[in-house]
Amino acid sequence: MPDEDKKRAAHRALVDRVLNGEGRTSPEQRARAFSNADIPPPLHALIDKVATRPAQVTDADFAAAKASGFSEDQLFELVISAAVGQSARLYEAGLAALAEATVNGEAG
Amino acid sequence: MRLDILNRGYGPGTKLLFALIRVFSGNPVPDAAKLVFYRPDFYGAQAKKFTHEAMRGPSAWSVADRELMAAFVSKVNECAFCVGAHTATAGQAYQDGAKVQAVLADLESAPVEDGLRATLRMLGKLTREGKVGAEDMREVLCAGVSRQQVEDALAVCAAFNTTDRLADAFGFELLSPEGFEAGAKYLLKRGYR
Repeated sequence: MPDEDKKRAAHRALVDRVLNGEGRTSPEQRARAFSNADIPPPLHALIDKVATRPAQVTDADFAAAKASGFSEDQLFELVISAAVGQSARLYEAGLAALAEATVNGEAG
Repeated sequence: MRLDILNRGYGPGTKLLFALIRVFSGNPVPDAAKLVFYRPDFYGAQAKKFTHEAMRGPSAWSVADRELMAAFVSKVNECAFCVGAHTATAGQAYQDGAKVQAVLADLESAPVEDGLRATLRMLGKLTREGKVGAEDMREVLCAGVSRQQVEDALAVCAAFNTTDRLADAFGFELLSPEGFEAGAKYLLKRGYR
């Protein structure tokens, strides 16, 4: 396997595990966190911040999510899903721009 | 850390390992390490494999260059823990801490090669804005960076956009400067596996 494919394959394995493997949340809940879409209100602030402005996450964001019934293990999974999801979108966007830049094989 | 399970939710074997790390390193176990030891089947095992491949797998970029990319992406994300960890690691890898500080202070005037500068600029834009265009990539390629190197840099960017988010969301505690230097030494010796 070429080295570049090993990096991509390792990334795909991470995404696949987080989205589809066994967990305390459903694959549907993890998919929504991964996509940062259709998140119910008590979780919305936390997940959206993880995806778009992680440095602004606060204790209160976790407290609100816990108060609505999410366990720590569920929040562990959903926060990871959100972080892996945003990073996967950046990775894909970068690779797509690179493919477009080299479409005629003129570079690299 | 903001979740008690990440402070206390470990089995006896892992607790013993943490105690040994504390004794032999003379430093507390960094929260970054604790995270990958918590239910490793969910995240840690695959995350370590991907991060190790991106940071230590075969690449035309040096380990130092990739650690600098990690520090730079973390700076854009304002992730204090990861900036500290990877500034120290890049500084040790280059044996030139001043070069790393210069890049983080002002990329455009820092003493690095044009290809690396263009790559960091592109990674910064992607991380900050969530997108880049073909034109951004052409600028990197025109600076002498190969297509494969761009792909390798994007893998580093993906790994650290994940880690930065988790460090900030879970609230990784900052280490002392000595703690970051000790962690850097470990990462250069053992990698991320």
